[in-house]
This record gives sequence, C-alpha cells and structure tokens, in this order.
Amino acid sequence: MPSDPFFDEMWGTEKTLRDPYATFHQWFDAEDPSRLRAKQRECEDLFRLTGITFNVYGRAEAEERLIPFDIIPRILSGNEFFKLSRGIEQRVRAINAFLHDIYHKQEIVKAGRLPAEMIARNDAFLPHMIGVEPPGGVYTHIVGIDIVRTGPGEFFVLEDNARTPSGVSYMLENRETMLQMFPELFSRNRVQPVQNYPTNLRRSLAACAPAGTKDAPVVAVLTPGIYNSAYFEHAFLADQMGVELVEGHDLRVVDGRVAMRTTCGYKPIDVLYRRVDDDFLDPLNFNPDSQLGVAGIMDVYRAGGITIANAPGTGIADDKAIYSYMPEIVEFYTGEQPLLPNVPTWRCSEADDLAYVREHLAELVVKEVHGSGGYGMLVGPAASKKEIADFARKLDARPSNYIAQPTLSLSTVPTFTAKGLSPRHVDLRPFVLVNPNGIQVTPGGLTRVALKKGSLVVNSSQGGGTKDTWVLED
Amino acid sequence: MSDPMHLHIKHTTRYSFSGPVTYGLQQLRKTPKTTRAQQVLNWTTSIENGRKEADFTDHHNNAVELVSFDRDTTELTVTSQGEVVLEDVSGVLGRHLGPAPLWLYEQATRRTEAKSGARALIRKVDAPDPLDRLHALSQTIRDSVAFQVGASEPSWSAEDAITHGKGVCQDHTHIFLACARAMGFPARYVSGYLMLDDRTAQEAMHAWAEAHVDALGWVGFDISNGISPDTRYVRVATGLDYADAAPITGTRIGGPEERLEVEIDVTQQ
Amino acid sequence: MLGKTANGLFWLFRYLERAENTARLIETGQRIALTRMGDSAAEWRSVLQSAGVWPAFEAAKGEVTKEAAINWLLRDRGNSSSVYSCICSARQNARLVRTALTGDMWEAINSAYMNAQDNLSRQVAERDLPGCLRTLRQNTSLVRGMTHGTMLRGERYDFARLGTFLERADNTARILDVKYYVLLPTARAVGSALDNVQWETILRSVAARGGFRMEYGADSGPRDITHFLILDQRLPRSLAFCAAQLQENLRSLNAGNAHPSDAMRKLDYINRKYLAHEVDAIFEYGLHEYITEIIALLADLAQEIEREYRFYE
Repeated sequence: MPSDPFFDEMWGTEKTLRDPYATFHQWFDAEDPSRLRAKQRECEDLFRLTGITFNVYGRAEAEERLIPFDIIPRILSGNEFFKLSRGIEQRVRAINAFLHDIYHKQEIVKAGRLPAEMIARNDAFLPHMIGVEPPGGVYTHIVGIDIVRTGPGEFFVLEDNARTPSGVSYMLENRETMLQMFPELFSRNRVQPVQNYPTNLRRSLAACAPAGTKDAPVVAVLTPGIYNSAYFEHAFLADQMGVELVEGHDLRVVDGRVAMRTTCGYKPIDVLYRRVDDDFLDPLNFNPDSQLGVAGIMDVYRAGGITIANAPGTGIADDKAIYSYMPEIVEFYTGEQPLLPNVPTWRCSEADDLAYVREHLAELVVKEVHGSGGYGMLVGPAASKKEIADFARKLDARPSNYIAQPTLSLSTVPTFTAKGLSPRHVDLRPFVLVNPNGIQVTPGGLTRVALKKGSLVVNSSQGGGTKDTWVLED
Repeated sequence: MSDPMHLHIKHTTRYSFSGPVTYGLQQLRKTPKTTRAQQVLNWTTSIENGRKEADFTDHHNNAVELVSFDRDTTELTVTSQGEVVLEDVSGVLGRHLGPAPLWLYEQATRRTEAKSGARALIRKVDAPDPLDRLHALSQTIRDSVAFQVGASEPSWSAEDAITHGKGVCQDHTHIFLACARAMGFPARYVSGYLMLDDRTAQEAMHAWAEAHVDALGWVGFDISNGISPDTRYVRVATGLDYADAAPITGTRIGGPEERLEVEIDVTQQ
Repeated sequence: MLGKTANGLFWLFRYLERAENTARLIETGQRIALTRMGDSAAEWRSVLQSAGVWPAFEAAKGEVTKEAAINWLLRDRGNSSSVYSCICSARQNARLVRTALTGDMWEAINSAYMNAQDNLSRQVAERDLPGCLRTLRQNTSLVRGMTHGTMLRGERYDFARLGTFLERADNTARILDVKYYVLLPTARAVGSALDNVQWETILRSVAARGGFRMEYGADSGPRDITHFLILDQRLPRSLAFCAAQLQENLRSLNAGNAHPSDAMRKLDYINRKYLAHEVDAIFEYGLHEYITEIIALLADLAQEIEREYRFYE
C-alpha cells in the first residue's frame, strides 16, 4: 500500500507515532469513544452558552453561528515552535520596517527591489500616512501570520495579516474549553500557556501610547458594532483586557484628543485598538458616508494625540501582491536570509507568470490580491471544467488582480469524526504582539481545520473548524 | 524679473446655519506655505464660536488646522490673515521636495480621470519640448472650456466641465491635471490667493496647476488667465485635486441648511 | 463608564423586568379565564391594557380572544413588549454591554434567550402554558440572582437597578391605572363575588396575594389593597418600595457630588408629593388623577436619567 502523500502531524508519512503526540495518544487509546462523543457535544453547548459565535456576512438577519470545534488538539513540540517563532519574529520586524520605509523614503523602491507601481497602484496604500511617525515607531501592533506545513520541518508562510488579524478569541476559548473538558490531559502534558495573551495585549498597546502620556494609558477597543462578524471577539478582548469597548458614536474629538462619552463627560483615549477598516475610520478624511468611524481621528493622530493600532495604511503589507515580494523585503530590511519561506507565488500581473497560470489553472490555487476569507478564489484541483473556464475569463479581464500558488500538500491532524479519528488538513495562525520593547509570539495560535474530508479550505466561512493548539514544554 | 511683492491678506469665511449645530468639525487649509518663491512673515487664524483642536502638516506639506464648533452654534467665523513676501521665479518652483513621492502626483482621482473629452484635448496638443507641450495644453483648455463665473458645480470632474464647455478656475485646473497626468507629467492642484490689479476685495480663492518637468522641477500654470504664476500668486495648499487642497472641509450634525459668506482682501503693502 | 453602557444596562434590565411582568399578567389572565367569573373578553382586554399594548393589539388583531391575547403578549414579534420580544431585546442589549456583565450574568441571559427561542418560536399549547411561564420566570430570576451574586456594586449595578425599578414602578402603576375603578369606595355593596375576583386579579398581577392576606387580614378591602400597592414599603412591587430603591441607586451614582443630581430632585418631588401621605389623602385627591400623574413623572424621571448620564449624544 503506498504511503499517504500528506504529512500527518500525529503519524508522519510512515504511520509511526510522532513524539509530540505520544502522551496524548496513550490517553486517547484508553478513552471510551462514546464518552468522547458526549464531550464533543458538551463542548458545542458550552460554546453556544458562552456565545462564542460569528455573524455570517451577507445575511439579512445577522445570523449567529458556531465555528465547529474539534476536541483533538494539534500538538507541536517546543523546539518546532521555537524555530517557527524565530522566523515569524524576523518577518514581523521586516514588515514594520517596510511600512516605515514605504511611508517615508521608499528606499526599497529606490534600490530597485520593489517596483514602484506595487505601491503606486495599490489601493491599500494610504497617502495620508506619508511622513507620519506612529507613536513608538510601530505600525502593526497585532499581527497574525498564516503558516502551512508540508513535512516535519517544512513550514511556509501562506499569508500575512497585518491590518486586523482575527481569531485570537478562539485560540483563548479553545484552550479554556479543553481545560474544562479534559483537565487530566493538562496534568499529563506540559502545555505552554496562552492565557496571558489579553494581559500582554493590553501591556503591549499601553507601551505604544503617544509620547507624553502620563499615568496609565487609557486603552479602548473600537468595534463596528454588534452586527459585525467578529463582534464576539471585540467584546471578548475588551472584556479580557478590562478596557472599554467603543463604537464610533461613543467617540468625538474633544480638546485635541479622541475622547469617549462616559456617564460623567468625555474622557480621552490614548491607545485605540480599532477593528474598523481604514476606509471607515474617519468620515472627515476617508469615506464620508461611514457611520462606524470618528470624524477627525486622523487629524488627532497626525498631530500625535492618539495611537491607532494597527496604524492606518498597514494593509499595504498584507496585500497578496506584496506578499510575493516578502523574501526580498525580509532580506532588504533585516540583512538576513528569510528563516520562513513563502509559498511559491506567480504574479498574474507579469506576462510570463500569467501565461503559466493560464496553462495550469487546474493545478493551481488562484487568489484575489485583496481578497480574504476564502472568497473569490479558485482551487484548481477541486474545480469543475466550467468553474475553471469562468475563472479564466475573470483572470483575463484583470490579471493584476490575481496571484497563483501551487496546491500545497497541507499537513493533516487527526480529527474526531463519527468514524473515530480521521486526518483533516490544517493551517496555523500564530498571534504576534509588537511594541517598542520587542516582539512577542504567543506559543500556539489558532489551528484551522478543513472538516470536509480531503478539503484544503480551512476558512470558517467555508466549512472550516478550529482546534486547540498545544506547544509542549520540551 | 519684477521686484519682490509684499502682500497683506485677510480671508474670512462665515458659515450661518438654519438651526443649531450640535457637533461639527472643520479642517482648514488656509495657511500659505513658505517656499523659495514666498516667505510668510506672519499668519494668524482666529475662530469665533469654535475652537482649534489640532494642527499638523499633511502629506502635501499643507498646514492643516482642525476646528470644532461650540455646542449649538448657528454661526461660525474663521478669519485668517497675515503678510507674505513673494519673489519672482517665473513660475518655476524647482525640484520636488516631498514628503509625498513624486509618483503620487501621477495618479488620477475621481475628479481628474482622463476620459474621452480629456483625451480629445490631448490630441490637439503638439510640441516637441515638454514645457511647450504643457503651455500648449493650457492654451487648448482655455480655448475649449470657457471661463464663466458660477458656471459649474464644486463637485464637477474634469470631464463634466469639458462636456459643458465652461467652468471656473477649479475646472480648468482639474482638466489640466487630468491631461498632464495622462501625458505622463506628475501634476498637482494649487489653491491660493491672487492679487488683482484693479481691486482688493475678492469673492473666492484662486486655483491653478503645477506640473513636474524633469529639467526644471515644478512649474506653475494658471490656465484660466493663460499665464505662469508670478509675484501676485500666493500658494496656500496643494494636492491631487480640489479635495486635497480645499480651504475648508467639514462635517456636522444639525444645522440643516448652511449659508457661506467669504471675504477675501489682498492688498499690496 | 460609557454612556452607551449605562444605557444598555438600564434597558437590559427594563426588558427583563417587563418580560417577567408580562408573563405574570398572562398567568393572571389565564387564571381568571379558568375561574369563569366575569366577561373573558373584557378581562383579556384589561390585561392587554395593563401591559400597555392594547392600542397596538387592537390595530393588529382587532377582536379579543383568549388565544389571540396570549399569543400577542407571549410571543408575537410584532409586539415589542411581548415576552419573547423583551427577552430578545434584553439579550441584544446584553451583547452590546457584554464587557459590563460578569460571565455568569451573560450565560444566564443567553440561556434565558436560548430557552425562549426553543419554547416560544411556535404557538404554545394551553396545557404547556403554565410550564412555559414557570420556565420563563425561573430564567429571569436566575439572571437576577447572578446579578445580585456576581456584579460589582458600582455604577454599572446602579444603572441595572434603575432600569429594574423604573420598569417595575411603571408596571404597578399601570395595573392600578387600568383597575383603579374597582378600588374606589362606592355605594355599591362591597365584597360581592365580582369585586373579590377583581381584587384578586390585581393582587395576582403583582404577585402579592399571599402576603396581603397575611398582613391585612380576611376583611381587608380596596382601601387596604391601594395602600399595599402604593405605600407599603415591604412589598417589593409597591411604588414606595421601588421609589426607595431608585433613591438608593441615584444617591450612589451621585456620591462625591456636593449637590443632589437633577434626577434625585425629580425623585424627591415624587416622594414628597405622592408617597408621603396616608391612603385616604390619595382617594381624596382622586385615585385616577394620582396614578396618571405618577406615570407621567416616572417617564420624566427616566428621561432625566438618560440625559444626565449621557445615554445618547
């Protein structure tokens, strides 16, 4: 029998139990499957009761849905994660240096390492940020780097999320749920904690307060409101950090500061963790129809009166067209070779690449440059002839709107199904905090799992689920 | 070359609202820039029924002030005044200084997209030298689109004005920007004051364009008057189009209707 | 705390209280219907009036039947004061102020909502009604208990309590407003079977039947009921009790200020002018006028709280 072409994180490619899973496997073998099934149901009830839901886009009545949770953890050794986190740190350092450069001297363009039109023709480039010095020199305070794995030591960056990475609440709630459901597992395995994340987030944000902030900086989370798909996360993070959760209509400019309306008057905010997109952030400076933002916040920001996290205009760094230049970017700013490779990427804006992509659509994954959430992409091997033909037409109409990547043999992790354990493809989004004192990678992250057998799409909007992610103390 | 000019400028905008404004903000770009052609000796902004919240220099190097309304205001008055000394540089501002990269000024905006009307104008322009081409462009625009006070809407795009065949200095400038950029020149909008020879009181600010020519750097073109800016031209704000350089951009809650009175006085000292 | 949060907490607890009060009114109506004393349609009409939803019901449904009235009060989403609508609104407000609630409170509210979704998404059969109403009462009580047991005593708690007691006072006043005529001393022989049923209805509507008999004795009549519901500080649904609670929370919110807040002044006026007299003085003043005025003053007080604590801009 030929061995499975996919690398399984529990069984490798040769069906031999890998070390990180040894203790877990022992436990699992001794468990009664019916008890586990009952536990799985219990988890769902718990998620529903605590309200860990997301709202589905494009529905008339904002419908609240659960993201399916799988009780089998994804386990990484301390050493595996250490290597990974060094690569992530390097990349995040480069991203912040890149953002500073792009909004100042653009040395990378002058050096001929990045074509000017990658910036000039990019909707995510925000001219208003030109020449602005963000407090503490930090552009992207909270980053999520999407990692895929294809072998024991083969990790690739699939995507950088430098504007508003979401999902950290699931990382925390997944751990909380596992601790409640299977406390015995945590006494047998030494799992590095993730629970400090909210405290670290608050400290990290506070460390980026504008110069001259006296006392403890006032931090707040800005949400578009309860109908936003990630509202639960916004409320969760504000609650866990112990800061106010505000909406645009709670805020206004008062005495040169952005201030929130409290029961006893307006109170200035030092650091705003905003979960509102750039375009909606300030109706005075950007989209005048936005009801979600704060008129004049950009003026206050440019005058140095508030920290906006992440800084406006950071989207230029997680754009998929820029992504293909990340190896150059890392090298240019750190002077080091990238520790984490990119997934090979064809830029359809370039004629040769486009020709190749057109020839190989059935094998490739083609994505929109500005897309997210798994929308508007073609997964060649899973698509019908008609879907491929339709997509080819879209591609020809606007080639520069697309990039293509090979269909990766994403690693699998056993997942609890009606028939017992069964391998499912996963990715990983570790969460990174940046402040002037350093970069912190939380041990673990959000593992997303494609619950459909054979599927490679892990997005929650496309039938993906999540798992608790363990990094063991070695 | 003429002698330096010493101008005193007073610019008052008075907004009257039909009901009380419960909350409002205005972004002002009314302070002249100091450049090699002009030196600002002094400049003050005073606000009645409002207060200054913040100031900063934007990416076009404009001095910006953010003003908030006092609660339940029905009238807001902003007066800017000061003195400026101008040197004649024959309309040549010189090399690009930033902070925005030069390529930013190659970008079309909603108001300055080169559509069929603009492309038709470009086809009429024929000269080997870049500077001559730009002068020819300016001339072509003035010939095709009549200057007529009150002929256009402030929201008009370059193409709107070309279609109507008339417009004001703002429209002329937008058309010039659309065409110049389509011809490969970085170009920008300038809003400013113009000293008139026959009177001091004026009703509006003036607008002209600047294009970047490799040999000279930025060069000014007053399309409406068919000349290059001289010592009568005070540069205040620049940008990709009117929206970037507008003297006042505002947002407010309440005060359903507004009436605007502008008084501009430019006097030679 | 944010003005928006104060607003959310205030309304979260108003809606919870309203859900519970409406559930109790349904129970009372059902009880009367079962005893078959009096005119059923008229009784349901007065229940709808007590719940403050009569005009909307009349416009939407027209004819009063038991089924129509119960459905309207219990689960119709077209009625923003139906039990189900109230629970949905309470939960919506809870989501809005999630960061101001303890985890226990949130879970109790969320589970009340999930139960309501399960139980009230379809028409409730008559035989299931008592059980359904009991579950509702227990669910809202759990929220109250979690609030009492886990919430910090501070501003947030004060706004939660203000919402509760303003809603409750309003509810009790409205029951009196609809039924005031049966409490008037008339020349008609008191103690007829019909009157007894009416008095019973009022007491049941405010969950005060048992306590009343115990405290006021078997011969007690309308004058005592009026005293009980308006002036008796021991009854948790009396106007005097609610006013005392409101005073405590308004005081606590104003702690540290040298002068009483405007809301405190308004409440003080209600206390002095309406709640500091003997029951006979109320009858002399005119029970109907008295109640009408109190309802208006309570609404005015609620508006003052909204303004003073910047619920809205």
